[in-house]
Amino acid sequence: MCLAIPVEVISIEEDTAWVSVSGVKKEISLALVEDVSVGDYVLLHVGYALNKISTEEAQKTLKLFAEAGMLEIDS
Amino acid sequence: MKYIDEFRDQQQAQAIANIIALEAKSDRHYRLMEFCGGHTHAIYRYGVQDLMPDNVEFVHGPGCPVCVLPVGRIDEAMQLAQEQGVILCTYGDMMRVPAGNRRSLMQAKADGADIRMVYSTQDALKIARDNPNQQIVFFAIGFETTTPPTGVAIKQARAEGLTNFSVFCNHVLTPAALGAILNAEPPVDIDALLGPSHVSTIIGSHPYEKFAQQYGKPIVIAGFEPLDVMQSVLMAIRLLNKDRSVVENEYSRAVTRDGNIKAQALVKEVFEIRENFEWRGLGLISNSALKIRPDFAEFDAEKRFTVSAQPVVDIKACECPAILRGQKKPLDCKLFGTVCTPENPMGSCMVSSEGACAAYWRYGRLRVVA
Repeated sequence: MCLAIPVEVISIEEDTAWVSVSGVKKEISLALVEDVSVGDYVLLHVGYALNKISTEEAQKTLKLFAEAGMLEIDS
Repeated sequence: MKYIDEFRDQQQAQAIANIIALEAKSDRHYRLMEFCGGHTHAIYRYGVQDLMPDNVEFVHGPGCPVCVLPVGRIDEAMQLAQEQGVILCTYGDMMRVPAGNRRSLMQAKADGADIRMVYSTQDALKIARDNPNQQIVFFAIGFETTTPPTGVAIKQARAEGLTNFSVFCNHVLTPAALGAILNAEPPVDIDALLGPSHVSTIIGSHPYEKFAQQYGKPIVIAGFEPLDVMQSVLMAIRLLNKDRSVVENEYSRAVTRDGNIKAQALVKEVFEIRENFEWRGLGLISNSALKIRPDFAEFDAEKRFTVSAQPVVDIKACECPAILRGQKKPLDCKLFGTVCTPENPMGSCMVSSEGACAAYWRYGRLRVVA
């Protein structure tokens, strides 16, 4: 029920957006989010964007994973 | 897929597993409750449990909205469709849950009731527009993730002047369930919690802070991908080793401390706290659910129709309630895999895509038996 997937925004018209779900186009509602632009990734849940995904924060988390790999080589 | 593939990388998973094995102290046991069924499924689907050292154990939490809904509420929804002749719309997860007399909405549909599975509240609104002479009731369930879309639909129905649309509201609140778990008698034996992913995108990470402090248990907000879960386990182990009971946020790409303010405002406008709500497994919890505000009463199915189902007694041998409290595991249930299977479920934990029994059945039963 709480599952949501990251999708890319392709076009926006008022409170509605077309997004790409792994290449499949789908119309979703932007009623719950603000400041979304074409090219942003949003979390899609039951037809609504819940939140924007922060590219910067995603990179930080991936860097943490990579550091685990580095630590392992060191140890 | 961006933001998915890189969070499922096998080599990285092994690297994080190795660090966890190094940092988990061999002289202690780590019992981590993953609150959400989404986490339980990630743990079993991707074999995260197999990558953990023996002294790191997952305890499955109540974060499965279908599982915690008492069957009496499903009977009430079924009554609306069968006796009041409404078109009942709901999410797919609800359709196969056995309710009173072990009948599901799917069976009621087969018997002629007009019950329709929808993907979104927008689909329910469309059904209302397309059927102006019939009453449409949306059977709303879910935690904070799923509440804002219901709120949008109610506001939209008012704006469009849809007089044949209403909502049977069963939305519940995560912090209340967390409090019930941490207050449970006998106590649930856990050391730390992996906090919800998508609930937290809406409510933020701050509501968990008082629980971490009051109950002395670290809480790590964890994403639903396998590497997110593993990194969160590592963060929880580090906090436990340092004896720090604070909230940390692994899922920072989607969760902030304050959450989604716009969605919170919308929920506050349309819904108010329900004084008491019964949870399967957790019992009656005060201030643990939402109801529709009097200002939107014309969209409240509980006001528009009379619903009064008899209380239903759960199947006695079904251990769903204890599993939802983290006090038992699916394999402790005598019915698991014998009379209770996804094709012939006795309890909701076997039905829902977030239920712990469904996760064990699909990914874990052979491993544990072997």
